Amino acid sequence: MAIDKNSTGYTFIFSIAMVVVVGTSLAFTALSLKDRQDANAADKKMMDILRAIGVSADRSNANDLFAEYVVERVAIDLEGRLVSAISDAVNPKDKSDPFSIDVKKDYRASIKSAVKAADGDELAMAKSLADADLTFPLFRCVNDANQNLFVIPVVGSGLWGPIWGYVALEEDMTTIFGANFDHKTETPGLGAEIKESFFTDKFKGKKLDVGGSALFSVLKGGALTDENSVDGITGGTITSKGVDEMINRTLKVYLRYFESQTQARI
Amino acid sequence: MSAETAAATAKKDSLFSKKNRKLLIDPLDDSNPITVQVLGICSALAITVQLQQAVIMSLSVLFVMIGGNVIVSLLRNMIPDRIRIIVQLVVVASLVIIVDQVLKAFQPDISEKLSVFVGLIITNCIIMGRLEAFALGNKPGPSFLDAIGNAMGYAWILLAVSIIREIFGSGAISLPGMGQVKFLPAEWFMSEGGFYENNNLMILPPMALITVGVIIWIQRSRNQSLIEEN
Repeated sequence: MAIDKNSTGYTFIFSIAMVVVVGTSLAFTALSLKDRQDANAADKKMMDILRAIGVSADRSNANDLFAEYVVERVAIDLEGRLVSAISDAVNPKDKSDPFSIDVKKDYRASIKSAVKAADGDELAMAKSLADADLTFPLFRCVNDANQNLFVIPVVGSGLWGPIWGYVALEEDMTTIFGANFDHKTETPGLGAEIKESFFTDKFKGKKLDVGGSALFSVLKGGALTDENSVDGITGGTITSKGVDEMINRTLKVYLRYFESQTQARI
Repeated sequence: MSAETAAATAKKDSLFSKKNRKLLIDPLDDSNPITVQVLGICSALAITVQLQQAVIMSLSVLFVMIGGNVIVSLLRNMIPDRIRIIVQLVVVASLVIIVDQVLKAFQPDISEKLSVFVGLIITNCIIMGRLEAFALGNKPGPSFLDAIGNAMGYAWILLAVSIIREIFGSGAISLPGMGQVKFLPAEWFMSEGGFYENNNLMILPPMALITVGVIIWIQRSRNQSLIEEN
């Protein structure tokens, strides 16, 4: 072989060719599998929403059960005004469907930095989020006992990464019917326990303290709890605080919508 | 000269020549990547709680191993020496990304449970070790066999550990596509008034280490040549 394979020129050409080949093949794989992955993600989302209202679904029946229990999908804005409401079949490809609102992406893109910058100052946070043009999805469900339930997606930050979940409220819009949480990289055995049922079960039947200083509190592990709070996870303080923060921040937006709804009814 | 070439061809043709068989069999026992070389321990400890995860992980490693070994072996005369480690990493990383994407599309639940460990196949020392030590210096055929041998050596330990852990830890066996089959009658369990309780310790990471240790012990007592002299 005439080419010196240890020459700088050859090394460069080799690496460029390698990057082109590898890049193309990976892009091709990702694109050809995207539809299936998106469908899986949509199924997972449906399963999580159904779990919040106490319906256990698996991937095979998530679509059918979702259509059966979720009667309306609503999108509201930051002020709690209604943006859109749909009740026909879910089409994950339809970007205007409230089901397609990517709350995790919204959180990453604008809310996270706003929360950090505002540092508890709600006015400052509302101000910085005003131009972000955010919409918040709400799922109105009717369960087997014919109760009207509202499922609200919540997203926040744990210790290491994002945490998220779904909170289901009863018809009075202040009683928690159920909740579930998940996380990306919380510490196993500590923060990661937020997804376990021993923690999420504690939320059942608790009430939101509308008008109080905090709507709901996740207290430091071992504290005495009342009807507006649950006991956090010992050793998972920051993750518990994250759950506390995301519930309070998100539910406030929805309460504005609920208030306008009740006023309209009277 | 011609006789030598003929002998070489004959050697090449018999896929199961003594040398090639050694490539396949050795990693299962005498040079097992986990129990003898103690490589790839991290994933072996982390994903052996359930058999189905171990099966998927083993298949993933088998795919990456074969792909990596064959590709690097094909490229062995073209790869510039100075960037050979980077080239190996890129080959392994792309294969791992493909595996990860395929799992997300076809086995989303297991992909979620395996989480970061699929990505960590990239850093699995068995794979890099075989690429550097074998594929770079051998033809694709033997590299292919070497990959199968080492991946199987990794796989059988994973499967053995996960079967033991799942049976005693969860009282069940799970396979991909079948879910978890609990074969013990529910009334045997203490919560139902029976006498049996699952051993929760088996599910925790330390028991994986202890189980691997027991396998190493059994292996060494059977195969005395593995015991170091000192």
